[in-house]
Amino acid sequence: MATPNTPLWEVFIRSRNGLAHKHVGSLHAADSTLALQAARDIYTRRGEGLSIWVVPSNAITASDPSEKGMMFEPAESKIYRHPTFYDVPDEVGHM
Amino acid sequence: MYTQALNSSDGDDRGVEDVAHASQFQARIDADERIEPNDWMPAAYRKTLTRQISQHAHSEIVGMLPEGNWITRAPSLRRKAALLAKVQDECGHGLYLYAAAETLGTSREELVDAMLAGKAKYSSIFNYPTLTWADIGTIGWLVDGAAIMNQIPLCRCSYGPYARAMIRVCKEESFHQRQGFEIMVTLCRGTAEQKAMAQNALDRWWWPVLMMFGPPDQVSQHSDTSTKWKIKRFSNDELRQKFIDATVPQAEFLGLKIPDPGMKQNENGNWVHSPIDWDEFKQVLAGNGPCNRDRLAARRKAHDEGAWVREAAAAYAEKRKSRRLAQAAE
Amino acid sequence: MATANIEVSETPLVLYALRRADDALILGHRLSEWCGHAPALEEDMALANMGLDLLGQARELYSYAAKVEGRGNDEDKFAYLRDVRQYRNLLLVEQPNGDFARTMVRQFFYAVFADLYWRAMMASNDPTLAAIAAKSEKESAYHVRHSSEWIVRLGDGTAESHRRAQNAIDDLWAYTGEMFAVDDGERGLIDAGIAIDPATLKPRWLKTVTGIVNEATLALPNSDWMQQGGRSGSHSEHLGHLLSELQSLQRTFPGATW
Repeated sequence: MATPNTPLWEVFIRSRNGLAHKHVGSLHAADSTLALQAARDIYTRRGEGLSIWVVPSNAITASDPSEKGMMFEPAESKIYRHPTFYDVPDEVGHM
Repeated sequence: MYTQALNSSDGDDRGVEDVAHASQFQARIDADERIEPNDWMPAAYRKTLTRQISQHAHSEIVGMLPEGNWITRAPSLRRKAALLAKVQDECGHGLYLYAAAETLGTSREELVDAMLAGKAKYSSIFNYPTLTWADIGTIGWLVDGAAIMNQIPLCRCSYGPYARAMIRVCKEESFHQRQGFEIMVTLCRGTAEQKAMAQNALDRWWWPVLMMFGPPDQVSQHSDTSTKWKIKRFSNDELRQKFIDATVPQAEFLGLKIPDPGMKQNENGNWVHSPIDWDEFKQVLAGNGPCNRDRLAARRKAHDEGAWVREAAAAYAEKRKSRRLAQAAE
Repeated sequence: MATANIEVSETPLVLYALRRADDALILGHRLSEWCGHAPALEEDMALANMGLDLLGQARELYSYAAKVEGRGNDEDKFAYLRDVRQYRNLLLVEQPNGDFARTMVRQFFYAVFADLYWRAMMASNDPTLAAIAAKSEKESAYHVRHSSEWIVRLGDGTAESHRRAQNAIDDLWAYTGEMFAVDDGERGLIDAGIAIDPATLKPRWLKTVTGIVNEATLALPNSDWMQQGGRSGSHSEHLGHLLSELQSLQRTFPGATW
């Protein structure tokens, strides 16, 4: 008795004005309208949200964990992108 | 709510496919890194987690039934709202957990079908009946209390989606045990009949609750691999002891007697319980508890009677999609 | 000895609040019966949310009725110690859940009304009722949204879901007229600006309901014969069973605190 699969959706909630939407979990729904309502009923029961996005799970393209070195390590040596790389004399104060 | 009893691994990792990957994997676990869905993992790790997380999910969903049995009979509107919200939370927790299990590659439908076919286990505790309102208090106090003991360490489990789901579950469940204890306090401060109801519920639930933590460590199999993989962080006996030591003073506060006349405090201050009837535990797990058949029948009925609704939603979604395509083509 | 029923001084305002409280409690109770048994986990969550909204509305309205009455009654006495003849809810809300289509049609008929009703009641001269209305209106608006989406999917889904949805509409239609009825006591409250005349909501209710039902490829019955009686305590047989369950502990253990 196999049950046909109901599509999977990823849920993103913006908790307070000014913060970006954050992934909170997933759910199953037949279409986007039902997915949005289900996201409201499941993931905002304790006043967690002010805005909801739902995205079909299969619409997400993810980076390959085995390519982590190539993808992310080159950024680690570019320390000149961070303010602490630069020396400013103390007497100048906060900059 | 959930139990430790089902936290054991599926076999060992000796048949590992790829030795180099396997040692990198173990190194990541040892460094307390989280494993994520697309990461390489040993087949046994995937299998163990799929089984454990889905059993955990089944337990949440089947666990709605014994308490749901009292939503329509809750004795005040305040209690009714709290109980409905609590049982609804359990549904939500089942849902989060199925989602975490799905990240390992098995769909919710397949996992649910295995449960409905009687092939997947769920916590033994939910095969006991809720006979009186005091059972609702006792479940919150003891069953949720025991579940918290097990679930807090799972928030640090090595598998990222499971750990994240557990963090959410633990946060939401923080009111569940308090809800149950408040019911017990009210009953114990009430009439003689109410207090007797509370004592009777404790008498019936105490031993099944101790069994929730699973067999004693010396006979528990497979624990080693689960511990090595940081899925399981405490042994069954450790958690059971922690639970008993926390519960004894609470029972004293309520003026209730724990139904174990032989229980004694040892020199370390731990309460040592009398032997547990593990035959009963085995029988309940094997499907012979007082409510196993009723629980599965209720879940099958909901599933079967909901089929036409799910089919309608799917059919409508198809129609809507093709209408939108037709509109776009115009 | 079972606990005796309470006596209620049904002044027009007390009765008015009790009627709306009873609507919310009974419908909320019906929705709570689904908990653990819904067609999908996602829908179990939704039904419980709507049930909790209604339970919350009932509690506020009972508390207000108790305050206005001033005889020491409270939300639990109203809910647990009145018998079937003292309950004042609409016949619609006590109808059994049946299948999911019946539950959704009942919800849809009631929610479309409740949303219009509470929105109008936000202008009540009675500040407590106006405040309850402001909160309830948002809840009802979501119930309309949720039930409408399902009516459309069930009606325009499969042949089976269409048949079930149409049966539910045909069976429940005769209970919708009672929502728009007014008696003399309520007429006085309407004249005083405390209550609104529900008859004025009927055209908009019918327009919304017709629109969704048509979109769902379903049809409303032609019959305009309507059942009445809930508001004065003449209920269907179903309510007595619901209350015997709801009230069982309070009736079995008179005077106990829970």
